[in-house]
Amino acid sequence: MKFSENWLRELVEIPVGRSDFAHRLTMSGLEVEGIDMLGAALDGIVVAEILAAEKHPDADKLKVCRVDIGTGETLQIVCGAPNARAGLKAPLAVVGTRVGEITIKAAKLRGVESNGMLCSGRELGLDNDFDGLLELPASAPVGESLAKFLLLPDALFEIGLTPNRSDCLGMHGLAREVAAEFGVPVRIAEVAAVPAVHQDTLAVRIEVPADCPRYCGRLLRGLDASAATPQWMAERLRRSGMRPVSILVDVTNYVMIEMGQPMHAFDAGSVTAPIVVRRARKGETLKLLDERTVELSEDFVVIADQAKAIALGGVMGGFDTRVTDSTTDVFLEVAHFAPSSISGRARRLGLHTDGSHRFERGVDPELPRKAVERATALLLEFAGGQAGPVDETCSTNHLPVRTPVGLRRERLHRILGVEVPDDQVGRILESLGMRVSTSAGGWSATPPSARFDIAIEEDLIEEIARIHGYDRIPVQAPRGEITPAAIPEDRIALRSFREQLAARGYSEAISYAFVAADLLKTWGLQESSIALANPLSAELAVMRTSLLPGLVAALDANRKRQQSRVRLFESGRSYHAGNDGPVEIELLSGVAVGDAGVEQWGEPGRAIDFFDLKGDVESLFRLAGSDASTLRFAAGAPDWLHPGRSATIWRGETRVGFAGALNPRLQKALDLDADVYVFELELATLAGRQVPVASQLSRFPSVRRDIAIVLADEIPYTDVEASIRGAVGERLVDLVLFDRYTGPHLGNGVKSLAMGLILQDRSRTLTDQDADQCVDLAVTALATGYNAKLRG
Amino acid sequence: MTDTLNGRIEAALVSIAAASTLEALDAERVAVVGKSGFVTEQLKQLGKLPADERKVAGERINIAKNAVLEAISARRAVLDEAAFVARLASDRVDVTLPGRSSDRANLHPVTRAMERICDIFARLGYDRLDGPEIEDDWHNFEALNFAPDHPARTMHDTFWFPDGRLLRTHTSPVQIRGMCGRTPPIRLIAPGKVYRSDSDQTHSPMFHQVEGLLIDETSSFADLKGTLAAFVRSFFERDFEMRLRPSFFPFTEPSAEMDIGWSTENGETRWLEVLGCGMVHPNVLRNCGIDPERYSGFAFGLGVDRFAMLRYGADDLRAFFENDLRFLRQFA
Repeated sequence: MKFSENWLRELVEIPVGRSDFAHRLTMSGLEVEGIDMLGAALDGIVVAEILAAEKHPDADKLKVCRVDIGTGETLQIVCGAPNARAGLKAPLAVVGTRVGEITIKAAKLRGVESNGMLCSGRELGLDNDFDGLLELPASAPVGESLAKFLLLPDALFEIGLTPNRSDCLGMHGLAREVAAEFGVPVRIAEVAAVPAVHQDTLAVRIEVPADCPRYCGRLLRGLDASAATPQWMAERLRRSGMRPVSILVDVTNYVMIEMGQPMHAFDAGSVTAPIVVRRARKGETLKLLDERTVELSEDFVVIADQAKAIALGGVMGGFDTRVTDSTTDVFLEVAHFAPSSISGRARRLGLHTDGSHRFERGVDPELPRKAVERATALLLEFAGGQAGPVDETCSTNHLPVRTPVGLRRERLHRILGVEVPDDQVGRILESLGMRVSTSAGGWSATPPSARFDIAIEEDLIEEIARIHGYDRIPVQAPRGEITPAAIPEDRIALRSFREQLAARGYSEAISYAFVAADLLKTWGLQESSIALANPLSAELAVMRTSLLPGLVAALDANRKRQQSRVRLFESGRSYHAGNDGPVEIELLSGVAVGDAGVEQWGEPGRAIDFFDLKGDVESLFRLAGSDASTLRFAAGAPDWLHPGRSATIWRGETRVGFAGALNPRLQKALDLDADVYVFELELATLAGRQVPVASQLSRFPSVRRDIAIVLADEIPYTDVEASIRGAVGERLVDLVLFDRYTGPHLGNGVKSLAMGLILQDRSRTLTDQDADQCVDLAVTALATGYNAKLRG
Repeated sequence: MTDTLNGRIEAALVSIAAASTLEALDAERVAVVGKSGFVTEQLKQLGKLPADERKVAGERINIAKNAVLEAISARRAVLDEAAFVARLASDRVDVTLPGRSSDRANLHPVTRAMERICDIFARLGYDRLDGPEIEDDWHNFEALNFAPDHPARTMHDTFWFPDGRLLRTHTSPVQIRGMCGRTPPIRLIAPGKVYRSDSDQTHSPMFHQVEGLLIDETSSFADLKGTLAAFVRSFFERDFEMRLRPSFFPFTEPSAEMDIGWSTENGETRWLEVLGCGMVHPNVLRNCGIDPERYSGFAFGLGVDRFAMLRYGADDLRAFFENDLRFLRQFA
């Protein structure tokens, strides 16, 4: 909300200067977001009247003006503004005045003498309009200082009001809040009733008293819609962020800004009584003031006449019944709408109005009568006319009730952690307009009708803390006991995986959790994906079902930024539609492209291959210690991976994830210019491990026997290893594959594997015979199981 | 003969001392004690001497021979050492060449900040809890005292799913999940991703929060201030001016926002909002089956990305999620 400091200072004596005031406002909960200085440098700027404006003899766009500034002699001014014309009143900077960065001097412009400068609002820092001179009203006294005439200088405060403080959405409410903060009285005049001079009213019927418990209507006749809005009112509207329109509209806006009560003026001639306040009918349409026609549903409140809906209650008036230049009779509506009947409605229509903003937060239900009198008085004063009686329809049962709220001294102390003296508590509550009574244990306070946010003890505690000052509450450490939860050591911390991947050259990425639907489709990963109902854009429309599409896109973007070797990893979730609602899976994924290692002088470069990637993945398995052996790679993977150079990773019968090269088809579809390797692992399965258990070391030496076997190429190494381990048993403490060979000597489809068997026994030193026997067991098993032969 | 021997020996000792190579030294050895060296020759001549002279002469020759052999041995040691030094001197590498396999990457700055925050609260006894990112209205709003259509909901630009679920707009729903079914005292933190449909230089549709919650029989607003002050000091390793300002969240009462006084380069102090906090609203405690008469507590929610930006001097939030290696590599 925006307000003028000058205006506020008229309503309440603020005992401090501007910056202290701003600080106090912020610290009491009305955060000052900005202060704009207005008209701080208007010395030497006066109200001038253009007596004549003629074309410059040597310049098409310039005019030569004769200008009166009330000194008795006329000034000749050369001016380029398109709106410079005889009769216009505008600001003038006399010779010697500083305007912005320049000092005005007497000068010749294209050979014609000019003795001052007529100014635009922008040149004076008053508005952003620089198309022409700032047009002043005809009533502006010639020669008067512009600052005096415009009630300047002033400061425009922008404050961020939290939704609970609707009481501060009017100058009077704001003044009351400031008065409480500084402990000073407000200077708000009582509103006097304007007597009726005719007895005409429009009948009003409220069908929905819960939505609209109070409705004040008043018929004003014989108004002059073309009357000028007084300068002070127009200025105050502008400084509150509103544009003056016409006297009829300006008064309703002014009273809203001043008192916080939204109201609406109907052209009485366009309305046929009785006025009915009711719910909209399903599908009922209404053309609003902004000329949009909206279709309503049954939970909108409308104001209707005999024919149709004429306004959207509490939100916006209707187009057909608006006041115009030719309006003479006005029906003023000043009503109280319950927040529940307004909240969310405007937003559903894509609207946000001053009325809806206030009503959905809560407007003082006691205001309508005061506001209608205030508006009447202003209208009569500036637009003439005759007032009828105020016709108030009220359902007292439905008005919000303010009930006393109890506050216990002990509770106040406990929640804040500081004792606030009793007399101060009483003073604070009373300064906030509450009716307070005391008891042995504390207080009971009834909040004012304007406060919709005080219903329980904690609300009062906050009010006291706020006015007492949050900074006067001490800083202390919590005293409660600390009982640390067990740290599950059979889970590998995500942090360890991250560090491991970083140590192997993978930079950590964080990508958006939503991606383009098309991207998932390209990957063939659209199944079970969940789409947002209101995405920001098509690029961010569907929850990812894998981290890889996003990571590969990031990899590609980096390649395009001249990074030929890229390693990225990410930990995050994928999201899937499930039978019992959405399923979120924690994943750890990585992508790699480019050389196997960083370019290095001592080692030949080579492109990354499957086993580089597998090494990276296995380095994660190793964090599981001895449990790493339960993780295995098996051929076969989804379609987005290369059929021959990718694997599924298993732990027992549970799938952990995938690793391998992207399928060349996908690579092509994604327009990737190099082979990309990826892995994606489910953390829940990957992170399991046993807490290590120490075992006795063997005191006896180990022996190593090397064997080379020849067997069919398609037999996976893991089968060979399992076969040997199974055959030799406990004595085989390690098995190393130190060579794999295929070649013409061996024949097609055949490979040779050379392995070292490390053998050891816990109870004795193994003899040559023992070792031979182990080797025999291994060879026999391989011969039987895989038709393998010892290589000769 | 004696004079001859002495002269020859002295000459040999001089030559040995001057020998500059092992070969030259060996030549000297051969000349003195080799098969036909002059000492060997003299020893061969011993038999021709009369018996009474033989012993004396023999001793003399042996002494001379030993002197020569010792000199050779000493000289050899010197030459060996010189050769070793020379070899060492020539056996060198350019130690300034890059080593092998020196690649190492790093964690994301947001992760760094997140882990730092979690570590600090872990030391204060807060347990870490996770919750779903696709939430229901009850956990994200209603249980947190946001009535349906309450204007406070407009402060949360929410991403919705067609079934009425939503992407959580804050980590506060984890408070609810943490409190329901637990008995105080409770200390927990909930780090994670949150979502708002908003995007510009300081807003990203996805960002990170850490939620903190403490519930017990004695906790107060003063404790909240103490906890946050300790945290900020620990995170930034600096003392800050900090202030709590009254604010509004439906799930806390009293509520506050915390600003820290950030010194700019030109020596001014700017107040930067870094988190929202407050005493847990009694309705929220009740929604989770906790008796607000017996227990009270505080909650806070801080923007991790904001803390990372301040800590590491990044000024564009969007850069955090563009995954440009040149950007990411700075945070090693």
